[in-house]
Amino acid sequence: MRLDMADRQLIDRYQRNLPVSERPYEDMARELGLTEAEVIERLSALQEQQVLSRVGPVFEHSQAGASLLAAVAAPDEQMDLVAARINRAPGVNHNYAREHTYNLWFVMTAPNEDTLEERLDELEHQLKLPMLRLPMVEGYHIDLGFDIDWEALP
Amino acid sequence: MNLPATRQDQNYLFDTHSISAWGLLRLREQLENGLPLTPRPYLTLAERTGLTEQQVMQAVSQWQQQGLIKRLGLVVKHRTLGYRANAMAVWNVPDDRVSELGKALAASPVVTLCYQRPRRLPDWPYNLFCMIHGIDRNRVQGQLEQLVHEHRLEDIPHAVLFSNKAYLQRGGRYVSDR
Repeated sequence: MRLDMADRQLIDRYQRNLPVSERPYEDMARELGLTEAEVIERLSALQEQQVLSRVGPVFEHSQAGASLLAAVAAPDEQMDLVAARINRAPGVNHNYAREHTYNLWFVMTAPNEDTLEERLDELEHQLKLPMLRLPMVEGYHIDLGFDIDWEALP
Repeated sequence: MNLPATRQDQNYLFDTHSISAWGLLRLREQLENGLPLTPRPYLTLAERTGLTEQQVMQAVSQWQQQGLIKRLGLVVKHRTLGYRANAMAVWNVPDDRVSELGKALAASPVVTLCYQRPRRLPDWPYNLFCMIHGIDRNRVQGQLEQLVHEHRLEDIPHAVLFSNKAYLQRGGRYVSDR
């Protein structure tokens, strides 16, 4: 999807350091030469178009609660079905198909480790498929706010 | 004080003088859905949580300083923009080298996420994970070859798991279950 210059600038400038002030969108507008109403409209439209998942905080998972990357090996013809079941499990927030015997990869979060284990046990029992549980041991780079390469995009 | 969604060793996160702990918990729940797109979003959050606008702003600032919030800003769905080749490259690195190599790979501009996870033998021998949010497959293959070359990873067993479909992508829900 092609975005206009103002949308690009919004994204380039505010993937991080969004103001904590009474009128943050007005502060952003001033910096980008827009009006507050325009910033709010643009952000709403970008969310609607699925360019943004949200405006807001990204929590550090090790402080926010428990979180884990898991994978299951689903038979090819059942992938959509299994993926839908995974999506319905509590705490799942990412779920991708990947090219491997373990072909569905998802992230599950929970308020604490015990609840996370229970949820995974329940899901594993429901799916009856081999499951890898891969907690993070050490993060070297875990923030997804990288710069968009607008020129290279289709 | 023991809150259900708080690790016992992290009650300091709620040490925000005189603000009701339940108000803060409700605030975290609200924040997991993002900042409202109203002219005064922190006031909107205050109205939803029974806190004042000042308290909401103070809590958000404090959580940023403490690292509970690692960034505050626009969360992009890269696939919509045209990043269609999402690759997870995984390596089986000797344990005594994984930390050093992880830091080196994380410094590369093409690597957007990098972390160590446990092996699960025999099915899963890999312990170092790198994500590349690429625009197309060929370009990502090229970027990977360059990483292998630059960091001398030729002898390290690896696999590349491309993703061609996202079934779900949203923010983590630690407090709320919806």
